[in-house]
Amino acid sequence: MARLSGLQRDVLGLYRQCLRAVREKPVESRGAFRGFARDEFRKYAHLDRKDFGTIEYHLRVGRRKLEAYSEPGIKNIST
Amino acid sequence: MAAPRTLARLAARRSALVPAVVRPAVFARGLASVTDSAAREPVSKLAESIVPDPARKVVPESQTSTAKEPDPSKEAKIKTFHIYRWNPDEPSAKPKMQTYTLDLNRTGPMMLDALIRIKNEVDPTLTFRRSCREGICGSCAMNIDGVNTLACLCRIPTETTKESRIYPLPHMYVVKDLVPDMTLFYKQYRSVKPYLQRDTPAPDGREFRQSKAERKKLDGLYECILCACCSTSCPSYWWNQEEYLGPAVLLQSYRWIADSRDEKTAQRQDALNNSMSLYRCHTILNCSRTCPKGLNPALAIAEIKKSMAFT
Repeated sequence: MARLSGLQRDVLGLYRQCLRAVREKPVESRGAFRGFARDEFRKYAHLDRKDFGTIEYHLRVGRRKLEAYSEPGIKNIST
Repeated sequence: MAAPRTLARLAARRSALVPAVVRPAVFARGLASVTDSAAREPVSKLAESIVPDPARKVVPESQTSTAKEPDPSKEAKIKTFHIYRWNPDEPSAKPKMQTYTLDLNRTGPMMLDALIRIKNEVDPTLTFRRSCREGICGSCAMNIDGVNTLACLCRIPTETTKESRIYPLPHMYVVKDLVPDMTLFYKQYRSVKPYLQRDTPAPDGREFRQSKAERKKLDGLYECILCACCSTSCPSYWWNQEEYLGPAVLLQSYRWIADSRDEKTAQRQDALNNSMSLYRCHTILNCSRTCPKGLNPALAIAEIKKSMAFT
């Protein structure tokens, strides 16, 4: 695999964090959380890799969302 | 049977339209000491005595309005405002400056008046925070003509040849247009534990008393409204936002270190005793120069440094 840029590693790191956060959720809703996380990343997969400002913006929003949805009070998710 | 009740109801409704001069008589009815005889009369009878003129003309707004129309003889003072715009719904689009022109004769004296007028009359999509419009809430902090200040305390420069430029607070992530993301700032504020910490109860069991001299130490500290103007004007804070606390938060930290009632002074100083939290202040003094409330965060930081050097 080609060497990744810092930004690419950040995005992959966030994705990894999201998937790990799914494991903290109740078993029956893990599928929904995983699907949600994947969809959120898939939505912006078409972005140009040189579009740093936009990617960084989505990273910030993503980190904020991860923090919000990792709250133990949130048991399920549906869109 | 139903007829008299309807009449009474009609009369009652009409009484709601009674001009203000007659109203006191109606309201006086409930009071125990009723002196005027008219007050004893039932509402319906009172209402009957007032017959509104159906042909009465509508009073034009020019006679009732207290707001004066600007003098048309004065020539319009057109001022140009360049305002930073960025919309999070189109994250790929670059931020841009949008130009608005306002007649200063028809605008309030402050920058916030101009912004509100633009939002009301020209462009409702313009976004900014504002609340108290008198410099006590700290919501409308922004960079106006190169200076961080509160829009509500900043007069619009009257010379119309110069154009005003309005940006959000520098080196903050932008949520939208002039709204900065203050999450980190508030997190840092939380990290200094901005509340009274003590374990021993008050000697008289009721209040933690202070002498006048002790109270005086808090003057110039407690007035801070956390608008973040000072922190975002500090180059040291720009480059080390993650670790350096910034003048506003350090001023608050000193406010609790200086408080005579607080018993955790040593722990508070310990928390600041590293190379980043406090000692990134290089006395640039942008904070004291820009503070819209006229406070001196640099002095507070110097006091913290001094108190830590001599303990």
